[in-house]
Amino acid sequence: MLAPLSWIKEFVDIPAAVTAQEISEALIRVGFEVEEIIEQGADLTGPLVFAKVLSIEEITEFKKPIRYVGLDCGENETRFVICGATNFAVGDLVVAALPGAVLPGDFAIGARETYGKTSNGMICSARELGISDDHTGIMVFNADDVRIGSDAIVDLQINDVIFDIAINPDRGYALSIRGMAREVAGSLGLTFKDPVDALRGLEFKETGKGVSAKIADPSTASVFYLRTLSNFDPKATTPLWMRRRIEKMGMRSISLVVDVTNYVMLELGQPLHAFDRSKIKGGLTIKRAGKVQPFTTLDGQIRQLDPDDLMVCDDEKPLALAGTMGGATSEISETTTDIALEAVRFDPTSIAKNSRRHKLSSEASRRLERSVDPSLAEFASARFVQLLTAHSSAQHVATVVDGQPIYAPLVTIDPAKISAILGFDIAPKKVAQLLRVIGCDVDEKSFVVDPPSWRSDLLTTSDLAEEVARMIGYDKIPSVLPPRPLHATLTPTQKRRRAVATMLASRGLAEVQTFPFTNQATIDSMGFVGERAATYRVANPMSDEFPLMRVHLVPGLIEVAQRNMSRGAKDFAIFEMGAIFRSSKKLLPAISPELSKRPEEKLIEEIFASVPPQADHVAGLLVGKVENENWQGEPRDYSWADAIAFAQSILQLCNLEWTVARSDFAPWHPGRCAELIVDGKAVAHAGELHPRIVAAYGLPERCVAFAVALSALPQSHLVRPTTVGTMPAALQDVALIVDSTVSAQSVEAALREGAGDLLESIICFDRYDKIGDGKISLAFTLTFRAPDRTLTGEEVSAMREAATAVALAKCGAVLRTA
Amino acid sequence: MREDEVRTWVGDARTAFKAATDLDSLKTARLNHSGDKSPIALASRALGSMSPEDKASFGKIIGEAKADIATALATATALLEAERDRKVLLEEVVDITLPVNRAHRGGLHPISIIKNEVSDFFIEQGYAVQEGPELESGWLNFDALNIPADHPARTMQDTFFIEPVESGMVLRTHTSPVQIRTMLTQAPPIYVICPGRTFRADELDATHSPVFHQVEGLVVDKGITMAHLKGTLDNFASHMFGTGVTTRLRPSFFPFTEPSAEVDVFFNNRWIEWGGCGMVNPRVLATCGIDTDVYSGFAFGMGLERTLMVRHGITDMHDIVEGDIRFTRQFGVGL
Repeated sequence: MLAPLSWIKEFVDIPAAVTAQEISEALIRVGFEVEEIIEQGADLTGPLVFAKVLSIEEITEFKKPIRYVGLDCGENETRFVICGATNFAVGDLVVAALPGAVLPGDFAIGARETYGKTSNGMICSARELGISDDHTGIMVFNADDVRIGSDAIVDLQINDVIFDIAINPDRGYALSIRGMAREVAGSLGLTFKDPVDALRGLEFKETGKGVSAKIADPSTASVFYLRTLSNFDPKATTPLWMRRRIEKMGMRSISLVVDVTNYVMLELGQPLHAFDRSKIKGGLTIKRAGKVQPFTTLDGQIRQLDPDDLMVCDDEKPLALAGTMGGATSEISETTTDIALEAVRFDPTSIAKNSRRHKLSSEASRRLERSVDPSLAEFASARFVQLLTAHSSAQHVATVVDGQPIYAPLVTIDPAKISAILGFDIAPKKVAQLLRVIGCDVDEKSFVVDPPSWRSDLLTTSDLAEEVARMIGYDKIPSVLPPRPLHATLTPTQKRRRAVATMLASRGLAEVQTFPFTNQATIDSMGFVGERAATYRVANPMSDEFPLMRVHLVPGLIEVAQRNMSRGAKDFAIFEMGAIFRSSKKLLPAISPELSKRPEEKLIEEIFASVPPQADHVAGLLVGKVENENWQGEPRDYSWADAIAFAQSILQLCNLEWTVARSDFAPWHPGRCAELIVDGKAVAHAGELHPRIVAAYGLPERCVAFAVALSALPQSHLVRPTTVGTMPAALQDVALIVDSTVSAQSVEAALREGAGDLLESIICFDRYDKIGDGKISLAFTLTFRAPDRTLTGEEVSAMREAATAVALAKCGAVLRTA
Repeated sequence: MREDEVRTWVGDARTAFKAATDLDSLKTARLNHSGDKSPIALASRALGSMSPEDKASFGKIIGEAKADIATALATATALLEAERDRKVLLEEVVDITLPVNRAHRGGLHPISIIKNEVSDFFIEQGYAVQEGPELESGWLNFDALNIPADHPARTMQDTFFIEPVESGMVLRTHTSPVQIRTMLTQAPPIYVICPGRTFRADELDATHSPVFHQVEGLVVDKGITMAHLKGTLDNFASHMFGTGVTTRLRPSFFPFTEPSAEVDVFFNNRWIEWGGCGMVNPRVLATCGIDTDVYSGFAFGMGLERTLMVRHGITDMHDIVEGDIRFTRQFGVGL
């Protein structure tokens, strides 16, 4: 919110020595973030005077319209200036910068020759003076408001400090000069003069019958003031000082009636709405729209009402979207003479819903949805009558009230609890004193606290503790470490994740983190189908291009690889660790137990169970060559084997045992994808990406990838090591010929089975596929060791023969003879 | 055979060995002066035909001479071998400054590194690391945190909703639902941090990302005060930003804390907004079934991207989210 210091000073006597910076710091101290201190007029020097337009000579030989204007600047003779704007006529009053003036942006005004004339100054727009963004034309004033030749810098109150302040949602009251002035006073220890005091007991004479007011449902509004006025002369204009204050707070001057409603809202914080009485059929009632129907708001938009929308209606139809925006049919017009002024303390939630449903956040709704002081309906509407009758011919007809203000309840506190929350001692007397600063009534014996009418947020001891801390200053809170448990540790899962990431990073893979969004085209192009393709949709995605949650990590890695390649990277490896979001279950309507007490255990279970599982994966993509090319020669390309090896390294790091199976599994090459199985469950896939995908995404040929479902990995067992044998090992090589369809894994398993318990290890050291006849040769080294003796040649030969016998039986392997 | 003659052979051998310039010429000298046909070998063989007395006296002389020759040979061999080695090793010199490590340089993402760093710091302080799902129940993400539907506070956080919207499922806007999960499933004392990925519908620009990371801390115990919160934040700040770096609390508003504060940290000679914090709103504790007469708590939360950017002087969020390997590799594994 913008808040001009000149207006704040009306309600707080701020000593002249206090700088804008100090006021800003005072506001920050009590929780109001000053985003900018705007020193209006700091870069503007006069002479700047009001002038009357005496003559206009249209110069037409240029591309754009140019005027040569004669001005009465209160000088002895007419002053002539060139002007490019056309929104003024002879007789109008304007602001002229005279030679010697400097406008914002270091724009010095001097007499100059232009368009074949001598221009002795400049007629100014609001933007050129740096007092508004309005650049629709030059500023034109009413004759009553300004005096020819007088200093416009003074009369327009240009020299002012304007604070741009962020207001937290719990502090609706601060969306007003009244509220900000109170905070400035409280923080600086100065006296606050409440503008409402002057409005208390203000009565207006009843001169006729007013429009009736009714709240249909008390849960939607507590109090409704409706003040009827008549005899308004629609030609009446807004006084300059009022117009300037409205403009300084970022709003536009529209008409006197609308300006007064806005002025009162800015001053006190209560939104008001003025209806053209002649357009009201019967009386006004606050009620729900009840049915779907079109409604035109005064911004000209036709909106479909929701039956639940809260409206202000006359006897026939809705006239205003309550607390949000008025309707077009009853708005104040150039012919309005009779006015019905509405001031209501609406239910904040109803207004928030109105605003949300119609995506319409107005100055009024922003205040009302944050709660407005319930006493203000009366005082703000009175202030309206006071101002409008003072500045126009309008007369009060009657005031009708329905309902009554409902105030926040009393709060009984234990002042010691305040100290206990804040962590340092504050005397009860001090607590009472500070609470009074923010407007509470405090009984120091019982410590019953009556919060002020504008603080509906003060309901608990904690709420009041914050107020006490704010007024003392958060900088007084001491810095003490809490008692802590003696130790903690990462969980096995967390340790595992960290170890896997560190292993991959130290083996040359760079970790990336991608947005977990995808689209159907990507899912389809990867070849994911069935439950591997099903996912959740974001209702309001950042971009319609990526409305779905990712089902796999590889597509994201491909996108990152493409980005890196487009930036010149050739040979590299990347990985990502994170959740995937396959829609394993249908989402049911939300369970929303009431607050402030623990829901039943069954409900808690249901809420936890309502959240779908989100599996944790790690995946890597290996692009190009396994090493960087340098003087040592050209390294080999990454192959399917590297990808499988990475997946196996991850399982090995987690101390798990696995088997390998060939798998036709997207997005991999159906003949070059390994599935790693732990405890009967497929937990990892690795190999070469499907050539179609490689081509579609412009990856280097034979790009390889791995993916491991980390959350599917079982915990590793406690290791019970076998004794390390110290007797000599005996090595035996066997070369076997098998059908090329027989897997190395099955031959190895057969050899292992046949070799017996003394087999220590087995390594496949050769694979030869040039034999022909659909045969290949596999050669293994078998290492035997006995724990207690040196093995004899006969023993070793016997074990080797036993091993090959099983290989023959199970895999059809025959010994290869040289 | 005279003794002085034997001494001459020794002298000749010494001279010849010394004169050898390399191992080959030494070999020739060895054959000449201690080989089978050398005078000393011949004399040694002649001992067999001598009388026992002569054999004893000449045997001794010849034995000593042989030993002297062997010593001289060993000395010369050692010298020449050293000489040869020096030459050969000198010839075998390589340029060890050539780039030899051609392995790809990997690295952890800096967000992982800072997450590990924060986790390690708090683990040392006795806090456990809690995690939760990213696609989360709206009740845990909002309601239980005292952010009712239609409260302006909900619009503070631009939420991604999941279809069907009636399910109330959202992409969590903060890691606070992990705090609720913790309080619903564990009894105090609770000392945890919750790092993780969070989502808000902000356009990606130099300082914002719709997908980002937070770390939150939660303590619920007997007698916990705002002073404990301040102490913890000061301790955390000096760990992350350097010894002696302090924090400043400014009043603020969060529905789930009361009193609430913004945390600023004084770094590089200015106050920088770091995160939010406060005393856990008793309403939130009560929703989780924690007795507010006995227990109180504090909570705080920071953006990991922001912490990283401030500390490392990173000016563009794009670098953090785009996955350019040149960016990530600079961070190593955080050691």
